[in-house]
Order: sequence, then C-alpha cells, then structure tokens
Amino acid sequence: MSRGEAGGHALDIDELTRVYGDSRALDGLTLHIRPGELVALLGPSGCGKTTALRIVAGLDEATSGTVSVAGVDLHRTPANRRDMGMVFQAYSLFPHLTVLDNVAFGLKMRGRGKRERRDRAAQMLELVGLAAYADRYATELSGGQQQRVALARALAIEPRVLLLDEPLSALDAKVRIQLRDEIRRVQSEVGTTTLLVTHDQEEALAVADRVAVMSRGRLEQVAAPAQLYANPATPFVADFVGLNNKVPAHVSGGRATLLGVGVPTLPGSVAHGVGTARVRPESLTVTGDPAGSATVASVAFLGAISRVAITLADGLTLTAQMPSSAARRLAPGDRVTVGVQPDGVLVVRD
Amino acid sequence: MTVGARWTRRVLWVGFGLFFLFPLYAMADFSTRSRDGRTVQAWANLVHDEALYDAIAASVLLAVLTVAGMLTLLVPTMIWVRLRARWARRLVEFFCLLPLTIPALVIVVGLRNVYLWVTYLLGESALTLAFVYVVVVLPFAYRALDASLSAVDLRTLTEAARSLGAGWFTATLQVVVPNIWPGMVSAAFISTAVVLGEYTIASLSGYQTLPVQIVLLGKSDGPTSVAASLATLVFGFVLLSALSLLTRRRRSTASVAR
Repeated sequence: MSRGEAGGHALDIDELTRVYGDSRALDGLTLHIRPGELVALLGPSGCGKTTALRIVAGLDEATSGTVSVAGVDLHRTPANRRDMGMVFQAYSLFPHLTVLDNVAFGLKMRGRGKRERRDRAAQMLELVGLAAYADRYATELSGGQQQRVALARALAIEPRVLLLDEPLSALDAKVRIQLRDEIRRVQSEVGTTTLLVTHDQEEALAVADRVAVMSRGRLEQVAAPAQLYANPATPFVADFVGLNNKVPAHVSGGRATLLGVGVPTLPGSVAHGVGTARVRPESLTVTGDPAGSATVASVAFLGAISRVAITLADGLTLTAQMPSSAARRLAPGDRVTVGVQPDGVLVVRD
Repeated sequence: MTVGARWTRRVLWVGFGLFFLFPLYAMADFSTRSRDGRTVQAWANLVHDEALYDAIAASVLLAVLTVAGMLTLLVPTMIWVRLRARWARRLVEFFCLLPLTIPALVIVVGLRNVYLWVTYLLGESALTLAFVYVVVVLPFAYRALDASLSAVDLRTLTEAARSLGAGWFTATLQVVVPNIWPGMVSAAFISTAVVLGEYTIASLSGYQTLPVQIVLLGKSDGPTSVAASLATLVFGFVLLSALSLLTRRRRSTASVAR
C-alpha cells in the first residue's frame, strides 16, 4: 500500500483540548492521518504540538476530545496497550541493556519467544544500518546512533502509529540531515503511519507527506509541503514557514501591486485596499542599477545561496535570496532595483 | 603524574591504611591473646556462646528485614514522587531526614505506646525492631537513592518502557531498578551498617541484639566482646565487597536477548 492512498484514517484526533490551570495548551485540535502517511506537526515552542503527541501516546490526558486509531477510541486505553512506537527527543535507550536487548524489549513485553525477539531485533537493526552494534551498550553509541536504535526499537513492535517527538533536535546539523533522510527512507519502507513533532520547518517540509502548522494550541493549516510553502493560509503560517518580507501592497480585483509590480493574491488575502504582502526572499529580484532607488545593505554568503539585505528609498529593509554566483556581483552600498516575481502573495491587514 | 606526586600518593595510601588497619590489628591481637600465648577461644565463643549466637542471628535477620522494608517503602515512593507528584518531593525528603534530628531516647519513648500494640500482635521478638530501624535508616537510604535517581532520566525511561508495552510495575522492575541498582546497593549497605551498630534503641527497648550483647560481654569477657566487634566490622567489609562485585558483574554480564 502506497502512502496515504488507502481509504479511511489510521489516526483521528478530534477536538483535542488540554487545559493546565489558566492556560490552554491545546484548543480544539483536529487532525486526521491516512494509513501510511507521515504528517509533521510543526510549530514554535509552547504551541502544544508535544502535548498533542503525548496525549496520542497515552502519556498525558486530554481535558476533552478524542484520539482514535482505526476508528477505535483510545480514551480508556493506557499507554502500554496503545501499540504505538515512540521516539523521544531525549535519548531514551535503556542504559543497562545492549542495543539488541533494547530493540527486543517491546517484543519481550508482548511475550514473544527469545528466538523471534532476537531475529526481529536483528532485522530492525539491519534496517537502520546498525547491525554491527548489536552487542554494544547505549553509552557506547553516538547521539545519532542512539536515535536510530530508538527508531528500530519503536518499529520492532510493528506499531499501528509511529510517534516521533523532535527526534533530531539534540543532534548536530550534519547528523540531523542524515538521520532525517534515514527516517524518511525507513518510514517509506515500513509504511507505518507516522506523526512527527518538530519546530524545524525545513525538517517538516523535507520529510512529511503533509505538514500541520500549529499556533497557540490550534491548527493553522494542514497541507502538502509545497502547497503550504506556496499558499500559506494565514499570516502566521507565512511567517513561520520561511523567512518573509513584509511589503506594503494595494489590492484590487484579485491582484496586488507591490514594488511597482502586479501579482495575483492568494486565498485569505484582503479583497480591496491597502495591506501588507508576505513576500519570500527567493521571490524578490535584485538587479544592479546605478540609477536604482534601493541600496545593498549587506551580503551574507551561505554556500550555494546568499542572502542580500536591501534598504529601499523609504527606509524599509528587505531580504532577498539568490544564487551566490549572482550575489557575488553585489557589494554593500551598490545601487539596485528591486522587483518581485509574479507568484501569488498573501496580503493581510496588519 | 610526576614522581613527587606519585610518592605523595603512596605515602598517603600507606598512612591512611595504617590509620584504619592498626585498630583492627589491635582488636585481632587482643581477641586472640591469652596467658599461654595465642588462642581462638574468643572467636569460638561467637558460635558456642548461645546468647551471643542468638544476638548475631537476630541482628543479621534485623538487617535483612530492615533493608527489605526500607527498599519496599522507599524505592516505589521516590519513583512515584519523581514521576507523578513532584510537588511532594520536598515533603518526602523532610520526613525521610527527620529521624536524624530526633534523639534515639525520644524515639524509644515516643514509640512505647505503638510498640505495646506491636508486641501484642507480633510477640516480643527482637525482630519487631525492624519497624523502628526502617525509620532510623531512612535519612541515609534516602540520600543514596536520591543520588541514583538523579543520575537517570527517569521520566523518559519509564515513558519509553510504557510506550513499548510495559505496565508501571514492569517498567519499574525491568527498567528503573536496574538503572538505580548501585544506589539501592549503597542504601542497603548503609542500612545494614546502621542496624548492626545500633545500640541505644535496642538496649532501651530491652532487646538482645549484637551491639547490646557485645556491651554486656565487654563487662565479663573482653576478648569475646572484641572478637564480636571485629567480626561485625569484617562482615560489613565482606558485604560491601560482595555487593560491589555483584553490581559490577551484573553490568558486565548483561546478556543479549535475555
């Protein structure tokens, strides 16, 4: 079964609310995940994404709302009977057990025979490329290796849903990217329905079939990564997913005029009048022009791409992103003209 | 390490070794001395003297019961407080450390009425002292266990175990306990040492435990009394070594796919 193609939902989260004293960590979260799909819950710290994951796992209780797997309400099912594999943000391998014993632990809890446990654990370690480390202890592994073992351990029990609670956040950048790709590969191979919690928009966009953006306990938008990036439904999504420039715009007849260029507006934009357009750095065009009214403030080299800060005649500062080969021709103080590519933009009244 | 530092270290080792071992040597010497040379009579009395033998047996049993009671009471409580009732942590710590501040005499007087019921229900055995001793060892055991629990990410480990299918009891027994084992061993050893050396409460309560018997013997048979004291110290040392060895072996022989 290919991802996300089956009918029905593997995981249903309906009107989930969690109140701590006076604050609402979750405020009516509703999300439906199809079998085999990988959905990323994306949002800033404190937006309620981890709370939602913990309630799904049975490690926390909802104030109201339901969590169902394959149509069965899990309200009264304790965490140990939910059949959900979980990878935690903190290293969670059992220090007193070897890697193989760690992976076999869930099978032992299910009363599987010693031989079956060993074979299945070895198979899972093979899947994450750590078969050679079976006899080592957790303390003898690097952070990335520990998280791969944790992934193997969570998958060994053949969970109905795999829950990943910011599994990459404790790792350094290079390992994070490697493991991110590894998670996507393993999840695709195994086909387990997966809910990933992350605050890293790049990570969410890179691995997820769909991304659910959360803010203040509520869902802002759920969409495929490309759609989310191109068509943000709310200013929050536009700001959070990608670095955005706020440019004054005038809207009329479904088109916005900004920086002297007319572009179509996205759904959710103001219908008429003045607003602020969210323009992505890569949507801005910068052309060297001695007669231009804008000035290059700084050029930041980021490898293949560069970020160029530009100050407009009215004092507004914008950030443009372009290939480093093009940015090499620009230097602070250069006069330039700034335009915008004819993509759809979200225009809101701030 | 420089030559000077190495020699300083050796001198300190020898100095401290002599400081600790000399009294033990003196005790061994005194307990084996007689007018006609050397004798092991005092040591033989440890087994042959019925009152002393009974006192040793009572104290060893008391130590076992105290350790069992202390671990049963304290380990689940401390785990539960850390996982589910963090607000109660200071309160539990306060109650556990409280016995340190109360003189043994006050404890005996305070417990007299309670012990009327204990002796009425369980008889006048010295083993009933285990109830008091569990309270007396709490401050020492609490510190050992607290240090051990602080060294592990208890919440993540238990949650990981539960997500893999372990209930609370299994998660505690198969995941938490092995990871705080050194702390449990330390708590058990300290408790054993406290019980084997506790004199005041046992004496004031009228029970014949090893320390009480040693003091009694000291008035009539010095060498046997010293032999019993030395045996207690050696027993403690052997116990510590055995438990330490056991802990190390558990770690090194943790087998694949148990």
